[in-house]
Amino acid sequence: MNAKQIDQQTLLQNETDPLTHTPVHLLSLDKVGKHYGNIVALTDVTMAVDNGRVTCVLGDNGAGKSTLIKIIAGLHQHDEGVLKVMGEDRKFTSPRDALDVGIATVYQDLAVVPLMPIWRNFFLGSELTSGFGPFKSMDVEKMKDITKHELAEMGIDLRDVEQPIGQLSGGERQCVAIARAVYFGAKVLILDEPTAALGVKQSGVVLRYILQARDRGLGVIFITHNPHHAFPVGDRFLLLKRGKSIGYYEKKDITLDELTAQMAGGAELAELAHELEQLGGHGDVVKEVKGEVAEVAQTTGKAYS
Amino acid sequence: MTITQTQTKTAAPDERVAKRSPFQKLLGRPEVGALVGAIVLFIFFAVVSPTFTQPNAFATVLYGSSTIGIMAVGVSLLMIGGEFDLSTGVAVISSALTASMFSWYFSTNVWVGVGLALLVSLGIGFINGWILMKTKLPSFIVTLATFLMLTGLNLGLTRLIGGSVSSPSISNMDGFASARAVFASSVSLGGVEVKITVFIWFALVAVATWVLMRTRVGNWIFAVGGDANAARAVGVPVKATKIGLFMAVGFCGWILGMHNLFAFDTVQSGEGVGNEFLYIIAAVIGGCLLTGGYGSAVGGAIGAFIFGMANKGIVYAQWNPDWFKFFLGLMLLLATIVNLIVKRRAELK
Repeated sequence: MNAKQIDQQTLLQNETDPLTHTPVHLLSLDKVGKHYGNIVALTDVTMAVDNGRVTCVLGDNGAGKSTLIKIIAGLHQHDEGVLKVMGEDRKFTSPRDALDVGIATVYQDLAVVPLMPIWRNFFLGSELTSGFGPFKSMDVEKMKDITKHELAEMGIDLRDVEQPIGQLSGGERQCVAIARAVYFGAKVLILDEPTAALGVKQSGVVLRYILQARDRGLGVIFITHNPHHAFPVGDRFLLLKRGKSIGYYEKKDITLDELTAQMAGGAELAELAHELEQLGGHGDVVKEVKGEVAEVAQTTGKAYS
Repeated sequence: MTITQTQTKTAAPDERVAKRSPFQKLLGRPEVGALVGAIVLFIFFAVVSPTFTQPNAFATVLYGSSTIGIMAVGVSLLMIGGEFDLSTGVAVISSALTASMFSWYFSTNVWVGVGLALLVSLGIGFINGWILMKTKLPSFIVTLATFLMLTGLNLGLTRLIGGSVSSPSISNMDGFASARAVFASSVSLGGVEVKITVFIWFALVAVATWVLMRTRVGNWIFAVGGDANAARAVGVPVKATKIGLFMAVGFCGWILGMHNLFAFDTVQSGEGVGNEFLYIIAAVIGGCLLTGGYGSAVGGAIGAFIFGMANKGIVYAQWNPDWFKFFLGLMLLLATIVNLIVKRRAELK
C-alpha cells in the first residue's frame, strides 16, 4: 500500500459492489434520525464517505455533531433512516461492531496514557508478541520500529519513541492517535474536533495529517466548527444546525465565503445588530456588525433585515 | 504495509537522540533516587559500624530485606497498576494460620494446609479486586475493610479452633521437614549461611521485572494505572488486570506466610498489623508513584533493601533500636525528596 501513488483521479472512482458492479459508497447515511425519548437529536441526515475522501461535518455547539458520530461509531443506534457500509445495511450495537468493519474514532481525549512511552501507547491493547505459552513476550524492537515507521509515514519524525507521550505537543499526540487507527486497519476514520484545543500552527499540522490519512486511501469524517479548517481539506461538507442538515455540498459547489456565511447564520447576525442598536451599543461596533450582515447577504444572495 | 522500508529508515541515528547521554537516561529511571539513597546509607553504616560489612552480617541484612522485599514486589506492581492494598500485613498471617490450623485440626500432611493457604491467599486478593471493580470505591476503603475483617477473623478463628491466641505447634507433623526446607532453609555460600527467602526474593523481582517490561500484561499494568479510561477505550481488560494484580499480591503474601510458619512452628494470630505500611513504604522509596502508572519492581526491591539496612544497621552500630521508627520516617521523607529532585532534573534535560 504505497499511499503517495494514489492520485486524485483514482480517488474519484467509488468502490463497486462485488456482485452487481454498481458503485457503492464506503459508508453512507440516508435520512438518518435519532431521538432520546421525546427530544429529537437528529433528523434527516444524508451523507457519504468514500475511500480517499474527506467528509466534513460542520456545526455549532448542540448542532447534533456528537450524536452523528456516536451513531457511526456504534455508541448509539439510529431510529430512522439507513446506515450502509459498502452498500450493506448496518446497525451497530457496540463500538466493537463498528471497529470490526474498520470504523475507528479518534476522540478528543485521544485515549492515550500520558506517562507511557509512545511505542507502548501505539500498541496498547494490541501488542505484538512472540514465543509460546507462559513465556510469550512482547516483540519490543519490532513494535518500536513499526511505531517509528508509521509516524514517519504520517510525516512526523520523532526524536525517541521511548519518550512518554505526555511530553508531545497536542498536535503530535493527535497524530499518534491517527497513525494508530490507520495502522490497525481503519477504513473509515472519524476525527472528533481534532483542532478544537490547538493553536494555529498545531492545527495546520493536524490538517496535514488528515490529508496524509486521505492519501493513504482512508475515508475520513472530520468533525469541526471551524470552516477555515474544513474547507482546505474537505471534499464534501455537511452542515448541521439544531439536529437538522442545512446543507450538503461537494467542494466544487461551494466557496469558503459561502461556507462561512452558512455557518455564521446571516439571520442571527442581523438580529444581533438590531439588539446592539437598541441597547445603545457603541456606534462603531454596530456599524461593523451591519457591514458583516451586508457581506453575508451578498455572498448567499439572500436579504436579511 | 512493508516493514522492510522501516529498517533502512530508522537505521540512521537521529542527531537529537544523541544529545541524551546514557548517564542522563539512567537518571530518568524510576529507581535511581532509591539507588542513590541505598548507596549513601550503605557507606554510612559501613563507616559507623565495622561489623556491618562482614559477610555474615550482610547475609542477615539481606534476610531482613527479603521478608519485606517479597511483599514489596507484589505491592509495587499493584501500585503501578494504580491501587493500594492495606490488608497485606494481616493477609500474610491469615495465610500462615490457614495452613497451620487446617493441617493441625484435620491431622493432614502439612502440604495440604500449604495448598489450601495458597487458595485462601489468592481468594483474598480476588475478593479485594472484585469488590473494588464492582463498587468502584477507592481501594483505600475496600482494603481497609478487608484489613479489619481479617484481623478479627485471625484472632477469632484461632481462639475458636485452637483455644489459644497462637496456633498449635505443627513441628512433629508429616511434611513439616520438607516444607521447612522449601520455605525456611538456609543455603551455604562460601561459608556464609544465606536464607532461602533471599533467593526467592531475587527470583520474584526478576520475574516481575520481565512481566512489566517485556509482556503484554506489563503494558496493561502501566496503562490501567496511568489512565484506566484510555486503557479501556483501546481494548485493555482493565478489570481482569487489576484483579490479577491483587491476586499477585496474595501470592507474595502466601510465600511470606509460609516462611513465617515454617521458620518457627507456630504463628501468633495478632501479628502482621502495621506491616502493610512497610511494604508500601518500600515501594514508594523505590520510586513507584502513589497515583499509579510509574515505577519498577527493582525499585521496590531497593526500597526493601534500604529498609533492611536501616533495621539491622542500627543494631550493628549498637544504637538503641527504639530509634528505628524515627529513622524509618526520616528515610522515607529523604528518599522521596531525592527521588523527586532526581526525576525532575532528568526530565528537564
